[in-house]
Amino acid sequence: MTVFVLRRLIQAAIVVLLMSMIVFFGVNVVGDPVDMLVSPEADQAEIARVIRDFGLDRPIYEQYWYFLKGAASGDLGNSFIFGQPALKLILHHMPATLELAFAALFMAIILGIPLGLYAGLYPDRASSKAIMAGSIFGFSLPTFWVGLMLIMIFAVWLGWLPATGRGDTATFLGIEASFFTRDGLSHLILPALNLALLKISLVIRLTRAGAREAIQQDYIKFARAKGLSTGRIVFVHLMKNIMIPVVTVLGLEFGSLIAFSVVTETIFAWPGMGKLLIEAILQLDRPIVVAYLMIIVILFVVINLVVDILYSLLDPRVRLGEQGA
Amino acid sequence: MTIEHTDAASPMVPIPKIQAPWRRFASEFFESWIARVALFTLLTIILLALAAPWITPQNPYDLAQVSVMDGRLPPGEESFDGYTMWLGSDGAGRDLYSAILYGLRISLAVGVASGGIALVIGSLIGLFAAYIGGRVETFIMRLVDLQLSFPAALTALILVAILGKGIDKIIIALVLVQWAYYARTVRGSALVERRKEYIEAATCLGLSHGRIVMRHIMPNCLAPLIVVGTVQTAHAIALEATLSFLGVGLPQTEPSLGVLIANGYEYMLSGRYWISVFPGLALLFTIVSINLVGDRLRDVLNPRLSK
Amino acid sequence: MTLTVSNLHTHFFTRAGVVKAVDGVDFQIAPGEILGLVGESGSGKSITGFSIMGLIDDPGRIVSGSIRLKGEELVGASEDAMRTVRGNRIAMIFQDPMMTLNPVLRVDTQMVEAIRAHEKISKRDALARCRDALGMVGIPAPEERLRAYPHQLSGGMRQRVAIAIAFLNEPDLIIADEPTTALDVTIQSQIIHEAQSLCKRTGTALVWITHDLAVVAGIADRIAVMYAGRIVETGDIDAVIDTALHPYTVGLLGSVPTSNRRGERLTQIPGMPPNVMNLPKGCAFGERCPRRSSECDAEPLITEPRPAQAVRCFHPHGQGGKL
Repeated sequence: MTVFVLRRLIQAAIVVLLMSMIVFFGVNVVGDPVDMLVSPEADQAEIARVIRDFGLDRPIYEQYWYFLKGAASGDLGNSFIFGQPALKLILHHMPATLELAFAALFMAIILGIPLGLYAGLYPDRASSKAIMAGSIFGFSLPTFWVGLMLIMIFAVWLGWLPATGRGDTATFLGIEASFFTRDGLSHLILPALNLALLKISLVIRLTRAGAREAIQQDYIKFARAKGLSTGRIVFVHLMKNIMIPVVTVLGLEFGSLIAFSVVTETIFAWPGMGKLLIEAILQLDRPIVVAYLMIIVILFVVINLVVDILYSLLDPRVRLGEQGA
Repeated sequence: MTIEHTDAASPMVPIPKIQAPWRRFASEFFESWIARVALFTLLTIILLALAAPWITPQNPYDLAQVSVMDGRLPPGEESFDGYTMWLGSDGAGRDLYSAILYGLRISLAVGVASGGIALVIGSLIGLFAAYIGGRVETFIMRLVDLQLSFPAALTALILVAILGKGIDKIIIALVLVQWAYYARTVRGSALVERRKEYIEAATCLGLSHGRIVMRHIMPNCLAPLIVVGTVQTAHAIALEATLSFLGVGLPQTEPSLGVLIANGYEYMLSGRYWISVFPGLALLFTIVSINLVGDRLRDVLNPRLSK
Repeated sequence: MTLTVSNLHTHFFTRAGVVKAVDGVDFQIAPGEILGLVGESGSGKSITGFSIMGLIDDPGRIVSGSIRLKGEELVGASEDAMRTVRGNRIAMIFQDPMMTLNPVLRVDTQMVEAIRAHEKISKRDALARCRDALGMVGIPAPEERLRAYPHQLSGGMRQRVAIAIAFLNEPDLIIADEPTTALDVTIQSQIIHEAQSLCKRTGTALVWITHDLAVVAGIADRIAVMYAGRIVETGDIDAVIDTALHPYTVGLLGSVPTSNRRGERLTQIPGMPPNVMNLPKGCAFGERCPRRSSECDAEPLITEPRPAQAVRCFHPHGQGGKL
């Protein structure tokens, strides 16, 4: 297991390095790095100073080396708008985004798995067909439009839930989050549901497909032949097999939850790093964009690593394959 | 798949042999009432978009025809010029019905153009990778994997942030996001085909590489390409709308559906729902109908599912 | 009698038409007896087994007939009642040991649950019984195997586990659906031997479903040959092998290579098994039968031309087949 984790860690480091290269050279080839580092209002002296400071007159591989050195010590430049280190700003906004993403993930699991299981076990029922039709809509509807509709229906017309912003937070077990206050939760529901919609559809489809496939397997027939109760067959024999792809895909999709939170956060004025990114793009606050990208890359790599480990814990075949190697 | 198979095996007499399978394909497609409704809706939407200048009371880009006096009229009100605004008007006084049809033109054009360019580029890269093999293939496919592991929306957002606004920039960004899907699809089917015996036979006959790829391998990639193409076009339209909604996509001078929805957003909290909702419904019908058609195409064209 | 099946009809109502997979099957098994149910694929032998288990899924259904386990009627029994029968009084062993054990659950989990589904027993006692059962089917170091996942065991080992599971609750009857087809020949004979001795020792009746006459000859007390959803010949194993009556059985025997017929040509049955969706009128084997006559357009009835041997044919072979 340690060897396995270690090997994955090295792979992860390589990917991060590679992505940093793509980000860096992408910026240098596609955009003018001076634009990225200097605010548009800067005068000639300022520009000359920046070029000298950042070594932009040096060869490109040397520049990359400076960029890496800065990145390694957590220095990704200062925000033009806020005048603070970009990395610090991103990290400051990260908990709100993670909170939203986890809430959405939770919704995807508690809604998607039962619905998908039902549709998979009783594929011919009208309710199952309705679930599947709903999941097609979930896939097709653009996130931002669903967000608008949610606000219109639940905030404007029905007035049940607040439309925008993050509510009160409370600290529990050292974690500060909206989960622990009524106000926080009421603010969280709509954006989380908005963000979750796509994933709910995905989980429904995955679970249904998994159930449909597993139910035809001999081991399910054998479990029935043993006289097991339906509950045990479904929740132990079937679920354990379905959970492998579902957990894997959901884990990998966690990254896309964070990416899509850009849209949701903008609509619901949720103070996360996605909203920060959009504002940075609109205001040409480029250091923030670069910092966001690097953070996202690292986040993705970490997620992939966690999913790999989780996958090997869930599927005994993979686990032992690694041991033997 | 068998359709193209016979075609590839006997390229000399393609027309009479293709007829029957295509008819069978069509009748299978139309078996599902959902597919019929979806295709009808889609064709109606396309026709409406194409005919926009002749069936709308107003050209929303012509400042002479738009009056701020008509701003924010609810659906069914009469305009200053005396025609009825069945879907109301937006903040700038544009008739929403007209604006939606003109917006549809832009949305569809962006989706189809980016999808088409990405299809061509992606397919060529995928074919090239599959045919060349070796390190080049590994490198290209790693690149594809890397890009696909990143959410398309985020990649597009970053690209647009670097490239800037405008219809051409959006199309470039969407092509860069989408090419990988096509490359993977084509390479997958091409790999399967490459191993088949008739390719070996064609090689033995001394046919040129180009001929083998274009006449023998490519036709067999068509079925999955059509499916991926439909779904990706819907995806591109949704993506463009999302970017435009976020304010980083198309500018106000080229108002796609996404721009219209974004414009209406500020009025929504005050109850003027129509400015966002109607363009949204138009977008919704477009995307859902394309997806449903794509779903049906997948069912009909997928040889694994057919008996 | 442990099991009495009479006039069983199991049909599948598909969109293309009704498939009469089992169409009037009768047989009986006494305690400790081993019945070989032989037939080609599609003859309905597996469906017969699943019908007894009450595991026929949509669009299939037992249309009529009776299945009595020690006198108790199973056809039409409630799902709950069937659940207490399955794995407890009737157990089943499947064809492919690679597929029958759940890949993500450990062997002990899958064994203990089989016991605990039918009786209140502590986990530790259940485990002890599992260990004994594994020992009984000839698995060395059962303690270790219990903690293994299925993919860590060989195919033969897995089938032994499946057999151990079948015997766990000391059932009255075990239905084995081609349990050795997927295994190597050497493993095959070991498993057959073990199953045989276990049945004799515990008094469990066994229905051994197979297409392989050689296997049946090695294990069964009696044989029933199925063709197109019906039993065409049944009798004591030696009697049927020595003097097969039905032309189909004769054909089957003729296509098995044996050592005492070296150099002779193997015979083959001409044609293909009929489409059970659209059976010919009269005898289902008629079209492939060398002894066919105009009489065969009618439905042949079961006759007993010799003691302890019954056949469904107008023209049974008289004194043995072509052996």
